[in-house]
Amino acid sequence: MSEVRYTDQHEWVRLDGDEATVGITKYAAESLGDVVFVELPASGKSVTAGGEAAVVESVKAASDIYAPAGGTVTGANAALEKEPSKVNEDPEGAGWFFKMTLTDKGEFAKLMDSAAYAKFVESL
Amino acid sequence: MSMNNQGRPSSAGEAFPASIATISGDRGLDHEEALIFELGHGATGVDLPDVKISDARLGGVRRKAAIGLPGLSEPEVIRHYVRLSRMNYAIDAGLYPLGSCTMKHNPRLNEKMARLPGFGDLHPLAPQSTTQGALELISQLMNWLTTLTGMPAVAMSPKAGAHGELCGLLAIRAAIAARGENRKRILVPESAHGTNPATAAFAGFTVDEVPAKPNGHVDAEALKAKLGPDVAAIMLTNPNTCGLFEGEIIEIAKAVHDAGAYFYCDGANFNAIAGKVRPGDLGIDAMHINLHKTFSTPHGGGGPGAGPVVLSHRLSAYAPVPLLVADGAGLRLIEDQTAVPQGARPFGRMCAFHGQMGMFTRALTYMLSHGRDGVRQASEDAVLSANYILASLKDVMSAPFGDGPCMHEALFDDSFLEGTGVTTLDFAKAMIDEGYHPMTMYFPLVVHGAMLIEPTESESKASLDRFIHVLHGLATEARAKKTERFAGAPHLAPRRRLDETAAARKPVLRWKPEPIKAAAE
Amino acid sequence: MRYLPLTAEDRRAMLAKIGAPDVDALFRDVPKSALAPLSAFDLPDTQGELEVERAMSRLAAKNVAAGAAPFFCGAGAYKHHVPSAVDHLIQRSEFLTSYTPYQPEIAQGTLQYLFEFQSQVALLTGMEVANASLYDGSTATAEAVLMAQRITKRGKAVLSGGLHPHYAETVETVASLAGVVSRSPVTPGSAEDIIALIDDETACVVVQSPDVFGLIRNLRPIADAAHAKGALLIAVVTEIVSLGLLESPGAQGADIVAAEGQSIGNGLNFGGPYVGLFATREKFLRQVPGRLCGETVDAEARRGYVLTLSTREQHIRREKATSNICTNSGLCCLAFTIHLSLLGEEGLARLARINHAKAGALADRLAALPGVEVVTNAFFNEFTVKLPKPAAAIVEALVQKGVIAGVPASRLLPREKACENLLILAATETNTDDDFDALIQAIKDVI
Repeated sequence: MSEVRYTDQHEWVRLDGDEATVGITKYAAESLGDVVFVELPASGKSVTAGGEAAVVESVKAASDIYAPAGGTVTGANAALEKEPSKVNEDPEGAGWFFKMTLTDKGEFAKLMDSAAYAKFVESL
Repeated sequence: MSMNNQGRPSSAGEAFPASIATISGDRGLDHEEALIFELGHGATGVDLPDVKISDARLGGVRRKAAIGLPGLSEPEVIRHYVRLSRMNYAIDAGLYPLGSCTMKHNPRLNEKMARLPGFGDLHPLAPQSTTQGALELISQLMNWLTTLTGMPAVAMSPKAGAHGELCGLLAIRAAIAARGENRKRILVPESAHGTNPATAAFAGFTVDEVPAKPNGHVDAEALKAKLGPDVAAIMLTNPNTCGLFEGEIIEIAKAVHDAGAYFYCDGANFNAIAGKVRPGDLGIDAMHINLHKTFSTPHGGGGPGAGPVVLSHRLSAYAPVPLLVADGAGLRLIEDQTAVPQGARPFGRMCAFHGQMGMFTRALTYMLSHGRDGVRQASEDAVLSANYILASLKDVMSAPFGDGPCMHEALFDDSFLEGTGVTTLDFAKAMIDEGYHPMTMYFPLVVHGAMLIEPTESESKASLDRFIHVLHGLATEARAKKTERFAGAPHLAPRRRLDETAAARKPVLRWKPEPIKAAAE
Repeated sequence: MRYLPLTAEDRRAMLAKIGAPDVDALFRDVPKSALAPLSAFDLPDTQGELEVERAMSRLAAKNVAAGAAPFFCGAGAYKHHVPSAVDHLIQRSEFLTSYTPYQPEIAQGTLQYLFEFQSQVALLTGMEVANASLYDGSTATAEAVLMAQRITKRGKAVLSGGLHPHYAETVETVASLAGVVSRSPVTPGSAEDIIALIDDETACVVVQSPDVFGLIRNLRPIADAAHAKGALLIAVVTEIVSLGLLESPGAQGADIVAAEGQSIGNGLNFGGPYVGLFATREKFLRQVPGRLCGETVDAEARRGYVLTLSTREQHIRREKATSNICTNSGLCCLAFTIHLSLLGEEGLARLARINHAKAGALADRLAALPGVEVVTNAFFNEFTVKLPKPAAAIVEALVQKGVIAGVPASRLLPREKACENLLILAATETNTDDDFDALIQAIKDVI
């Protein structure tokens, strides 16, 4: 059973068993504008919660994407290299950024669920 | 009397619809222009003899393949570039309200002086006995810069403002190393121009951001709290990028020095205070001066610039080579880092040769033309004009710091556009249709949808009034949610809005020849 | 004052609108102690055009212009004939007084010529992509080294002994912040064994060709050796006209080309402003410093140009930018591209052949002088001779005879004893047989 949670940096994380998939939310994608380039982490890279994991660029801005929890990157969405527009078209599906294993699933549990995230976005 | 029966009508005649599709694709004086590669046809714009040479002394590296450059005659080349030029806005043609860029008039005398053969046709490595006039020019310019800033020394070689920032930070780095210390942190306000943190990182430091207060000034208390034995320097712009003079600057400088750190001042906004305030009296250690801003050397579509850096006693020893010295024989450039005068410890060299001489000539001509009284008057007029704009527009636009006077630039934000459906970008693009280059947009980052307007002292009151009238009109319409002129603006420029997304997703950065089609068709 | 349009009446009306009693009220945030009176500035007052022109002309007259004497200086800056159309065109208001093309709808003139410039530079250097210029060849070389360090994630940069010493010093000043910069020994007139200095820690090898002594280098073996160790070859060109006759660095395997464009379109100007050319492989595009101009379309599907990939640059990436550079060389870039458009393929090729022929003729005449040895056996338009006495003193003596004989190597390498008697001479299309006669005669008289 997969579960999706959210960070206050507008990343979503979907946990399927031991593997987590990470991307940016619709709200983030809309704020960024047209995505033109994505810099993805290499497999094997270890990340900490809140540490820089990827970079997403629009024409006028470059934003860091932070790892939602600590762990190791297992793969990245190579399709984004040729078609960064996927991030705008389907940010919470086909526009995913990278997959990782989590060192501590407890960190995942601490993140916001979709209701809490929706409230968070409203408050901004 | 004999009558001329060959007259022709001279009234305006019937008005046809304004836009007719033309056969050429051009529109009156607005010509479309192809790429030089598409126009080339094997002609030539120069007459050079066809000399045959042997390969014997070419090291076996003679070019075998053609380069692929287009060939055109002189009339075709001139027409090409004249047509391109006509697609550009320019200060000579209209007001450029770009904040922090100081788009002032570029005096033509400056161009004439820079082209005197004694300056323009002079080799940097010619024997120094043959270049004394050039060295004297540099010396005079150095005197103007140090006198106007109240600083003891100036490094002339940096090629632009950002290059000057690097020079200043490298001098600071050298000074710290000379003390045997290791300070890695540089404090930079969040309102700073991007070159500040970029340069700090380039010079090997880590950047620590200092917040701005709600009134647009740097938070001096927060700044002082961040000082410590690992802080190398602060980088402040004064007047700051919100167009305000940092009144606490002397206290800040003292705190910085007490903490063993250095004070770098970004001199981009010197046009507000030149001839009126000396940065040296404020306690700064280094400041680059953008000759292409404050001292009128032309912006040239993006360059060249020049960024000499004035230095305090704490830093002057570390100025990079070349150093200009006077001895019995005259003036002399010292280029050898090991042959510098006693006490000099240059951190290295910023670039080949001596600096942007072409810009020095223009800047000194400007200074001699204005004199100290003219420089002072220019600063006062620049500040007066910006305040006139602020006072005239703050009722209809939103000025976050509009309660008090500004310096040479006035800052507005997009609060007045809230709920109208018009963004800062739309507003700016609509200015293009009105015949104006937009102001600086979305900078500084400390206010939302920033619009930074710097008129400079070169605008007449009539020009300012006209500008104010247009902006007043645009703001009024936007607030009334009459969005037609804003949506999809500009409508009247040589190009409509351009697809910057496509340009970034699939970069096409050069012309490429079409593959040659097969002969049989 | 002729550049200030506001009259006293205007100022009064404006102050009234603002509601300030005088202009000093607008400076109220300035600490009183920091407001300087006019008398604090020991500088002259306003002067009219006539006086200023007189003062500047007097300074200019104290210099010996290159065109005023037989002239043979090179070593990184070259005297070429720039067609009259170039200077005329760059002084058009719309080029001279326009700003960086951040509003592309009203800057297509600038953007299109930048696109054409980038294309010309890519073709000349034989590389896939070029930027819209950097300040000059020396800072372009430094940026190339930093870029190579970023790409390879290695710190070691090896600089050829033939690299212009000012360029080497510039590289050392910035690149040593990110790694170790080492210079291989100076071997005037012969190629040093730089391949032996490349190892697994090397980020890049920097080789200038023709080098500072004029020697043409074969880059292909160096490129291969660098690539075998995972390092990059940075090729430096200080005399860009040489590419009209010599194989491009790209064709020889260079990864980055850093060059000085001054020879085309731009005068000597005592060292600046010049124009840095920067070209590389497409796969390194995101690491390129400086501005890039790209093709796109507008809302009416018409072709147009914009600055692009700006997220590499300081105004967006701030401390993570690929460089801190903000300006490019704008007008110098334009002068370069106009001159190259006038030259075209055939004109550049002829210009290059003429330069080589002139230098060859001069070298032969010098070699015939007793005591003078031509040290460079493969050159473009510049070569080095060994004189029987220190070259700097000979050059000074030749100045007294009205000849500017070239650059003594000791001016650039004062601590290299082996360079003391070496003189670097350039001959271009601007030199005549009379110049050569004058030089030969003067040298005979002096040595």
